[in-house]
Amino acid sequence: MKYLTEFRNGEIAQRIAREIHSVATRPWKIMEVCGGQTHSIIKNGIDQMLPAGIEMIHGPGCPVCVTPLELIDKALAIAAQPGLIFCSFGDMLRVPGTDADLFQIKGAGGDVRVVYSPLDAVDLAAKNPGKQVVFFGVGFETTAPANAMSVHVAKRRGLKNFSLLVSHVLVPPAIAAILESPGNKVQAFLLAGHVNSVMGYWEYPPVAEKYKIPLVVTGFEPLDLLDGIRRAVMQLEAGTHEVENAYERIVTFDGNQHAQKMLAEVFEVTDRAWRGIGVIPRSGWRLSEAYREFDAEDRFHITGIHTQESALCRAGDVLRGAIKPAECAAFGKECTPRHPLGATMVSSEGACAAYYNYGRFLSAEQLATAGSALTHA
Amino acid sequence: MLEIAHREANELAPNSNSKDAPDFSNWTCPLPLVGYPTIVMGHGGGGKLGNELVEHLFLPAFRNAALENLGDAAVLSLPSGKLAMSTDSFVVQPLFFPGGSIGELAVNGTVNDLAVSGAIPKYLSASFILEEGFPLAQLAAIVEAMAAAAATAGVQIVTGDTKVVERGHGDGCYINTAGVGAMREGIEVGPRRAKPGDAILVSGTIGDHGMAIMSVREGLEFESQIRSDCAALNGMIAAVLDAAGGDVHVMRDPTRGGLSSTLNEIAQASGVGIAIDEARLPVRTEVQSACELLGLDPVYVANEGKAVFFVAPLAAERVLQTLRAHPLGQNAAVIGHVTSEHKGILVARTQMGANRVIAPQIGEQLPRIC
Repeated sequence: MKYLTEFRNGEIAQRIAREIHSVATRPWKIMEVCGGQTHSIIKNGIDQMLPAGIEMIHGPGCPVCVTPLELIDKALAIAAQPGLIFCSFGDMLRVPGTDADLFQIKGAGGDVRVVYSPLDAVDLAAKNPGKQVVFFGVGFETTAPANAMSVHVAKRRGLKNFSLLVSHVLVPPAIAAILESPGNKVQAFLLAGHVNSVMGYWEYPPVAEKYKIPLVVTGFEPLDLLDGIRRAVMQLEAGTHEVENAYERIVTFDGNQHAQKMLAEVFEVTDRAWRGIGVIPRSGWRLSEAYREFDAEDRFHITGIHTQESALCRAGDVLRGAIKPAECAAFGKECTPRHPLGATMVSSEGACAAYYNYGRFLSAEQLATAGSALTHA
Repeated sequence: MLEIAHREANELAPNSNSKDAPDFSNWTCPLPLVGYPTIVMGHGGGGKLGNELVEHLFLPAFRNAALENLGDAAVLSLPSGKLAMSTDSFVVQPLFFPGGSIGELAVNGTVNDLAVSGAIPKYLSASFILEEGFPLAQLAAIVEAMAAAAATAGVQIVTGDTKVVERGHGDGCYINTAGVGAMREGIEVGPRRAKPGDAILVSGTIGDHGMAIMSVREGLEFESQIRSDCAALNGMIAAVLDAAGGDVHVMRDPTRGGLSSTLNEIAQASGVGIAIDEARLPVRTEVQSACELLGLDPVYVANEGKAVFFVAPLAAERVLQTLRAHPLGQNAAVIGHVTSEHKGILVARTQMGANRVIAPQIGEQLPRIC
């Protein structure tokens, strides 16, 4: 098993899709939490395989998209400082702040570097004792262990020139916020499997019970997603509300205990602003008292930030699942991956970018014609 | 003196502790350079040091009559008819990578641009921009790689130039090559000539070069090493044109931006739709794995030894067999066709049997957060 092709088998996919067609008797609205799942659904055309009444609503699980504008502006201000190395994951670089993005800061002389692991940034700090090294630590529970590890290692190595600009967000409070928002349409969730690989799913039975809603831990490959959707539809049809695990090869109930222990030590729960959504109480992590000295926000007192979002951008509605990307008037016109108005058009996990890059600016008929042209080739 | 050169070379070599790092320890200068083990400003100054580089390094490696005149311009004999001319600059990092170096790239890149235009590549120029402190042993290895690549491709490097920039103002070594070739008679290819019904072929696995470079940069190791596909394609292209000349409508080498950029450009230039089948795209398992790890899509990843052909439908099988009979085309495949539907847009049938658009890429592909 190489886990590359096994979960992309077209014939098995068609079989699961037929099963979904046979059990679905009513329309249902299911939200996939994670942006990675959104991209896989749109890239592989999973939504095209579902019965017409089964609607996939795209969730807020794109870390780049929900990072508050104010924090992005702070990142830009810190990155522009001379004698400082600013490290980030790649897809933060093009996210628009109020006036610029990190690419522009880099072009203007800022030392902005893409790293694959926060530990690379710690190594940079050790190699450059005369410079401050800041890592932009954003993300959900998935990326949190590596970010926690970076400050843990920096503390152990006594590095005074490393800090973390941190904006971690958590899935369970986001699900609760969506379910409690007025006009909520979501009837079941596909949970973000990689979040659960770290956290397990012990946090979720009370959520399922409180809101009477099916929750299915789901992976990212086409067959994973179809299986997650199948289980969600079966629960909806049967009127049950269990937490199910459709990603057993990766996720256990308890999750990664070592990682959770480290997270509990390094972080503490805090209120967080979500870009486009607003403040959700107790929905994020910040560095705990023991690690506060590594907090870049404390170390670099950036003041005078005046944020301004694009008046046209409806990223918040997209992130809440209230509208589909193509329903935004700016989609594909004023707002494209080349000139993004909001983060959802930038990130490789953003729903707007998924719709644009995989061609949902074409009508269904046009895509269908493209398909028949292929079939006749 | 040479011992110093060797030590410096190893210290400055990218990834010098990696098993992939080129080994300069046994390198000996064919005619020892008397002055310095590294490039100094004087090497670009037009004086004695610069002359030494020419006489001891460039001339012995590239030796040919036009170059040996050492005039301000090379004087060349060319057949009558049309000429093709192309130029490209090379700034790759690392300079040495599994499957090649900036030297092979600089020769093959320009050779391939000429070949896919329907020309027979003949002569190249080579200009070097070197950074002060760049080890001569590395420069020599690059020059030798260029000489070997030129010999393989059957072209001559007939003129050149060297400039030196201060330390910190360059990235070791930049190379520009320009080339001229003689257009083949009776061949009319170009990005605007794709026609509905044309079959689309790719000469082998996609994404090898880009992922070879990225694996070295990111220190990724796989069971089998990913090697760049860097190669001169003029021989393989000549075989295709000999077999099906008039039926070949478009030829391109999908370098930066990968297959996606090339196909999107052709769809727009020709005003046609392009439909490809993802299941038919040749991709090495290790390249696919590396792409999955980094969150990249192989259709956007660079190639340096692959060509794409748009051919009349009846010629598709002939071209496929010709490609597969050539050492550089063994993994060739028919990947799709041209349609009059969805003009200007590249659509892929996914392995799930659904359809998606493959949009042109904006700037670089960025690795994802998670």
